[in-house]
Amino acid sequence: MSTEGVDTSRRRFLIASTSAVGAVGVAGLAVPFIASMNPSARARAAGAPVEVDISKLQPGERITVEWQGKPVWILRRSEQNMKDLEGMADKLADPNSEIPQQPSYATNLYRSSEKHSDVVVLIGICTHLGCSPTFRPELAAADMGADWKGGFFCPCHGSKFDLAGRVYAGVPAPTNLVIPPYQYLSDSLILVGEDGGAA
Amino acid sequence: MSKLQSFMGWVDARFPATKMWEEHLSKYYAPKNFNFWYFFGSLALLVLVIQIVTGIVLTMNYKPDANLAFASVEYIMRDVEWGWFIRYMHSTGASAFFIVVYLHMFRGLMYGSFRNPRELLWIFGVLIYLALMAEAFMGYLLPWGQMSYWGAQVIVNLFAAVPFVGEELSIWIRGDFVISDATLNRFFAFHVIALPLVLIALVVAHIIALHEVGSNNPDGIEIKKNKDENGIPKDGIPFHPYYSVKDIVGVIVFLMFFFAVVFFAPEMGGYFIEGPNFEPADPLKTPEHIAPVWYFTPFYAMLRAVPPMFGSQFPGVVVMGGAIVVMFFLPWLDRSPVKSVRYRGPLFKAALAIFAVSFIILGYLGVQPATPVLTLMAQIFTTIYFLFFFLMPWYTKIDSTKPVPERVTS
Repeated sequence: MSTEGVDTSRRRFLIASTSAVGAVGVAGLAVPFIASMNPSARARAAGAPVEVDISKLQPGERITVEWQGKPVWILRRSEQNMKDLEGMADKLADPNSEIPQQPSYATNLYRSSEKHSDVVVLIGICTHLGCSPTFRPELAAADMGADWKGGFFCPCHGSKFDLAGRVYAGVPAPTNLVIPPYQYLSDSLILVGEDGGAA
Repeated sequence: MSKLQSFMGWVDARFPATKMWEEHLSKYYAPKNFNFWYFFGSLALLVLVIQIVTGIVLTMNYKPDANLAFASVEYIMRDVEWGWFIRYMHSTGASAFFIVVYLHMFRGLMYGSFRNPRELLWIFGVLIYLALMAEAFMGYLLPWGQMSYWGAQVIVNLFAAVPFVGEELSIWIRGDFVISDATLNRFFAFHVIALPLVLIALVVAHIIALHEVGSNNPDGIEIKKNKDENGIPKDGIPFHPYYSVKDIVGVIVFLMFFFAVVFFAPEMGGYFIEGPNFEPADPLKTPEHIAPVWYFTPFYAMLRAVPPMFGSQFPGVVVMGGAIVVMFFLPWLDRSPVKSVRYRGPLFKAALAIFAVSFIILGYLGVQPATPVLTLMAQIFTTIYFLFFFLMPWYTKIDSTKPVPERVTS
């Protein structure tokens, strides 16, 4: 093929402009393919709030419910537990819950609503890599050390949390356990996942 | 002209069948001094075929649905004719793939097979290794057992550690806020369609690159530099029949080990299939001790070795990813004038041995629960792993070498 008399700058311009337009088209077409991998409408709807009856929950007991497919723990702490929480600060990474891992109404020492300060609602997923820690309420458990005041231990990477879901210092998990939005519908009925904008 | 010859003539006029046969087999000249370590390339290809064939049969009865998946695997194991056999071949094949690939990679390190002119060959190889890890990881979710579920939960959460976009990214990967039916379904799609296509394409590129530059050998000598009057390397022999026949011996020996595991120890003491995976996935309860399958444990140990910094797990993720990324740069890190370990000095030999031992120890640490002592060990051996690469320009340059012969040794 002869290249004589070919306007190369014009040819370069045409190649560049068709390539650019083509690339924009490909990028545009990529949007639906990428977006289709987002949670579907049904998956988002499954995040609907759940009602939990806590009238039978005894001090020291924990129940687990499912919300958004995640384990949510509801724990009623005993008086001894509440007293112990006050003296934990030097072992914890964020004793005052300064990192916003909870709604404002749970940003306090017990990480609970004023209505029932003994009841804490936590998302039972370790803030490290998403395992579900085990509930270790027994005081001074042999494998947890003599000054263990009860709490949660993650079997995956050894993170420890106290009974308010506050993370110990020096463990892999960087932050306290997340507290979901919730509200009391009555004295013994919690709605997890919806707080009516109280936060 | 015989009927077959005239038929091949007809085909060759329309498709380069004879040309391809000659280029890649009957007239592909491989060095005549291949040793034991050269079995693992063809064995990797064999395992790929085993995985594809058994995988196709498994999909005929497997159901990628969170409510049905676990039961469908048990159904394959109990009620489908020979189902247990096909499934154990597939699960054993996954581990066998990594054993063969690790030995194949170590061979490359020993004999300098990653060096000029084989840089792209090496890079395609590392890409195959990456695709293989993704393939294995996604495949491990499919039985929907406890370890499938929580293993996937931990690994996908690694992406959540990426600054700024991490949370969105991990939700996008899962298609849900936790590992769920949506995740299972898409991992199935990746495991049976997307990644096998990528793997096959990369294997083809790997072989084309190999046959373009020619095979390296235990002496690290370029046989193409010494050709006879017909332009054939003096130290080369045609791949077919010489190595095709030799490789069949390797295949037989390999299959003896492979089927010994399939028949007598398919779980391999919890290393090939982990105990908790015989329990259906429970999103509300994590097993007592979780560890990835053995072939990921060196990288998992590195991940755990790095403490969180600035309230983020990201540095650990970077170290783990860096352990693989650094392999891509290997061809440019090695400054030795010789390729093969046979002609290198004590520094490289020691470095290679320490590196291999560190990798194995990291693999051991990755299956153990994290204690302060083991974490410290993981930190030490992670450092050694990286020093092997980072110090390579230095120790390969000052290392003594022996003279490399003109022709391959027998």
